[in-house]
Amino acid sequence: MSALVKDRIAKVLVYLVLIIAALAVVFPVYYALAGSIMPTRDLIKAPPALVPSGIHPGNFADVFHAIPLGRQYLNSVVVAGIITVAQVLTSLLAAYAFVFLPMKWRKAVFGLFLATLMIPWEAIIIPNYKTISNAHLANTYFALVLPFLASAFGTFMLRQSFLQFPMELRDAAKIDGSGHLRFLWRVVVPVSRPTIAAIAVYSFLSAWNQYFWPLLVTDDPKMQTLQLGMSQLNNSESADPRLILAGVACSVLPTLLLVVFGQKFIVKGLTSGAVK
Amino acid sequence: MTALDGASHDADATLAVARGGGVRRRSALLSRDHGLAWLFLLPSLAIFAIFILYPLVQSFVLSTHGSDIFGNSSRFVGLKHFREMFSDSGFYKVLGTTAMFTVMTVIPGVLGALALVLLMESRIRGIRIFRSAFALPFAFSAASASVIFAVIYNPAVGIANGMLAHFGTKPVGWLTDPKWVLLSVVVVQVWMTLGYNVLVLSAGVAAIPGDIIEAARLDGATGWRLHRSVVMPLLSPQLFFLTVVSTINSLQAFASIRILAPEGGPGGKAMTLVYAIYNKGFENGNSDLGTASAYAIVLLFIVLVLTAIQFGVLERKVFYR
Repeated sequence: MSALVKDRIAKVLVYLVLIIAALAVVFPVYYALAGSIMPTRDLIKAPPALVPSGIHPGNFADVFHAIPLGRQYLNSVVVAGIITVAQVLTSLLAAYAFVFLPMKWRKAVFGLFLATLMIPWEAIIIPNYKTISNAHLANTYFALVLPFLASAFGTFMLRQSFLQFPMELRDAAKIDGSGHLRFLWRVVVPVSRPTIAAIAVYSFLSAWNQYFWPLLVTDDPKMQTLQLGMSQLNNSESADPRLILAGVACSVLPTLLLVVFGQKFIVKGLTSGAVK
Repeated sequence: MTALDGASHDADATLAVARGGGVRRRSALLSRDHGLAWLFLLPSLAIFAIFILYPLVQSFVLSTHGSDIFGNSSRFVGLKHFREMFSDSGFYKVLGTTAMFTVMTVIPGVLGALALVLLMESRIRGIRIFRSAFALPFAFSAASASVIFAVIYNPAVGIANGMLAHFGTKPVGWLTDPKWVLLSVVVVQVWMTLGYNVLVLSAGVAAIPGDIIEAARLDGATGWRLHRSVVMPLLSPQLFFLTVVSTINSLQAFASIRILAPEGGPGGKAMTLVYAIYNKGFENGNSDLGTASAYAIVLLFIVLVLTAIQFGVLERKVFYR
């Protein structure tokens, strides 16, 4: 067999494996989107249909009637938005202190920041639940955002980026009498915009995807986030696959668009810890 | 600004006193900056103190106290919860399930992504389409992915059994059969993490300088040889990172189990450590926060040990450029 033929065969095999893998990976995504517009008869016949027999946008109207999905959407946007802005701000201030300001015990305090990264949230979730319920904050936005207003990861990433500033720029902070807040806002923030964007994407997605914490601190459907509300569709006795898939499709649409159209942006945001 | 100035003046004064006076302009400026540093750190430190350090201590307190039916902690019981936990066969079953779940998700998740990324390196057309396709699951939260699979796994009308029926195979109780439930959750977990793993490894491959690959090709390295002796060693930082992150993620998997296998599934076959914390402390009106805290401390211990081992021992074997 000539090398050329061998090469051809290898290429065909590579394609074949990739296509099978891609179909397997994409199928659940396709099924969620296709199923969300299927009429009931497509979903309950045996075997279930793979292609919608018609378009039923009514599924979406029904799911918004079945649960307060609109309100839950808003809750998720508000909660993830507040967490993102707060994490960027508190991380900026903390990282600025670590790099630009003189301080005692710098190493020890930074070590403390890093140590918090190693604590799994689930291991301390019970006392945190008690803190929130003792403060009578259950079913409030406070409960959903308070523990996440600071980010050791964000501080760490920003510190890394500040440390790469040229020395002259860092010294300017000390000499310039115009005030640190102004220097932070006018010079440091514009220069570190890519890092800030990466942190913001990471914070937003993590907050958006939360499940365990909102499950503990909210039970009022009006205060629950999208992830909880949508998954409750599956728990109810009369679980209707039509509503479930419409709910999932609605909830996943924003992040799906982000991944399809903003992939470069996301890769930078979420792999920055992995690629130096 | 004024609030900031006021606060830093206070810090200024304290520092000046601590140093025994002698406030010259330069040192006054410097010590004001010292105060400012703490002020800038204050929001983060306050959050960490209230929601990480305090609960860390409190976990140990809770685990040594009883609790009433409302979950309020009652009298001190010492190591009772730990003694009971360590003599309970259910606890070892949970540990075994957790280990199985972790191994079954991390190894296929990382190696599968590596295989796909290496295949995509074979300089063929349409790579971008494949890369986008493999990244898609990344858009799904654990909850949304689990809910979709719950519909797919549905015993009566799910597409999984529909396919089996097509091939004349008997339907499988994906989530109701103790033999299948863990594997069914594992599939969802691997599907979810694959997208991220592919993104990280693709970024790693893209960062390998082209001349290294070219030099290896000129030396006659092709195909598998090229991958094994050139590309994979250069990817070892990413592989290492993914193994650490996936292991810790799998140990913390919660939404997938709560949605696909509530109460740990049939026969408790999908009851992992994190899920046991929820099960003992909250699920179905349970409120045994003492026992749940003991489980939480075991989780804490395992994650800390894993982090230490992975960063201390394995890091030396990783090829860093």
